[in-house]
Amino acid sequence: MAITRDDVLHVAKLAELDLTEDEIDRLQEQLSAILEAVGKVSELDLADVPPTAHPLSSVNVLGADEPHPSLPLDDVFANAPAREHDLFRVPPSA
Amino acid sequence: MPEWEPVIGLEIHVQLKTRTKMFCRCENTFGGEPNTRTCPVCLAHPGALPVPNERAIEWTIKLGLALGCTIAERAVFHRKNYFYPDNPKGYQISQYDEPLCIDGAMLVPGPDGDAEVGIIRAHLEEDAAKTIHVGGATGRIVGAAHSNVDFNRGGTPLVEIVTQPDIRSAEEAKRFLQLLRQTIVELGISDAEMEKGTLRADANVSVRERGETGFRTRTELKNMNSFNHIARGIDAEIRRQIEVWESGGEVVQQTLDYEVKSDTVTARRRKEEADDYRYFPEPDLVPLEPSRGLVERLREELPELPGERIRSLGNEIGFDSALELVATGNEATARGLVEHGLDWPKAASVAMNELAGREPLRENFRALVAIIQQRDRITREAYHASFASSVTTAINSDEVLAQTVVADTAELEPLVDRILEASPAQVASYRGGKQGVLGFFVGQVMKETQGKADPKIVNELLRQKLDA
Repeated sequence: MAITRDDVLHVAKLAELDLTEDEIDRLQEQLSAILEAVGKVSELDLADVPPTAHPLSSVNVLGADEPHPSLPLDDVFANAPAREHDLFRVPPSA
Repeated sequence: MPEWEPVIGLEIHVQLKTRTKMFCRCENTFGGEPNTRTCPVCLAHPGALPVPNERAIEWTIKLGLALGCTIAERAVFHRKNYFYPDNPKGYQISQYDEPLCIDGAMLVPGPDGDAEVGIIRAHLEEDAAKTIHVGGATGRIVGAAHSNVDFNRGGTPLVEIVTQPDIRSAEEAKRFLQLLRQTIVELGISDAEMEKGTLRADANVSVRERGETGFRTRTELKNMNSFNHIARGIDAEIRRQIEVWESGGEVVQQTLDYEVKSDTVTARRRKEEADDYRYFPEPDLVPLEPSRGLVERLREELPELPGERIRSLGNEIGFDSALELVATGNEATARGLVEHGLDWPKAASVAMNELAGREPLRENFRALVAIIQQRDRITREAYHASFASSVTTAINSDEVLAQTVVADTAELEPLVDRILEASPAQVASYRGGKQGVLGFFVGQVMKETQGKADPKIVNELLRQKLDA
């Protein structure tokens, strides 16, 4: 179940990340450790247990279709690294 | 040469016109100043939690019911992971293997009878933000210096409908989409306007030899923003694929754009990783379990759907006219005229052309039919004026029909002679072969008679004299 070097490179590419050799090694180790920890669950016999995505048993938690105020523009851009007029400026996409 | 059979499936996105977005309560409207309808949820601030829009869910169920779908007893939202600035969370909340609506079908009336198009699924998801590419030569992604993002559209509710590959021609695909659009509009859940992008459609296209049972490799066709472009794009792709197979080649799976100007398809230049969306259940949302009571209430709320009406109208005036009549909202007017004795083709034509969307008072239908049936007897002005006033006031057909044309040759002949005499240059030019000058003389006669002359008689008289 260990994460391979190729797995790391693939995931990095999907996230558009450039990794150094050191980072690749380190992430391969860390991601493997995470997977191993989560893999513990597989040791149990869960044949009759439906997959659980959520700790809560509630369903249909919905909101009425009534507008609430949006953020003022200064707040909208408070965390933006770059702003052009009232738009978020981002690097060109690959 | 083998006979080729196109195999087409459609993927349609419909923007719902709820008041607010799918997972936050920012307003869901078109246009306006950029980024003014955003909040921590749709900007993906850490810790902000989504809450699904109840109305969007009810409307999706309604649409599913209109498409003959089964409404799932349990539906789940998934995260569809991809990295792109139009979705700041790094994933789109969508539905994966437990969508709201499954296994439907729509009957599409056409000249050769009904075609049944299966619906695989209809699910809810959130729309992406709008990216504006700056600095590239063509405004496209490739070569852009940077991009700007407007999140007003980000997180607005989007229904995705996926059909079975049941469609067998570009024309059929177009008819399916037109009927689907009309159904959506009559449900009142979306404007479904292709020009505004509130209805978008992609097509999966392949071809096979007639009689073949399996499917061959398909391509995905995007970037078509009208029903006609969709039909033309699919036709262009069918032609291309047939050519590839017949020249001994092999169709490869790829995403293509239809270019209207050249009427050809081109492969997308942006290299796309093989899809790897790593779907997993959205941990921020609990499952949906629509109660059967809710589903039944929504089923009862469904209006009479347009498919059946278009089918019966199609028998009278042909499918295309029937669809146009219904889609332009002129059906009730045409029906009113028919009820008072006009035949369907004439009624449809008057409703769409002479009235062009104007709705006459109900009490005027009888008078209008009388006027339409005696059109040749009365002047153009009287004829058209009657339609204009029929919208607001009661019209009297006797008064309109009294404004008869002058069809008496003896009365018109001296006038025609006088006009010809006064325009020797035009007469010479007509006799020199310029037939179009006839229109000038007709215009003169109409002017002199204040439009009362019968154009048919005037034409005859003029020709007689000029060709003599």
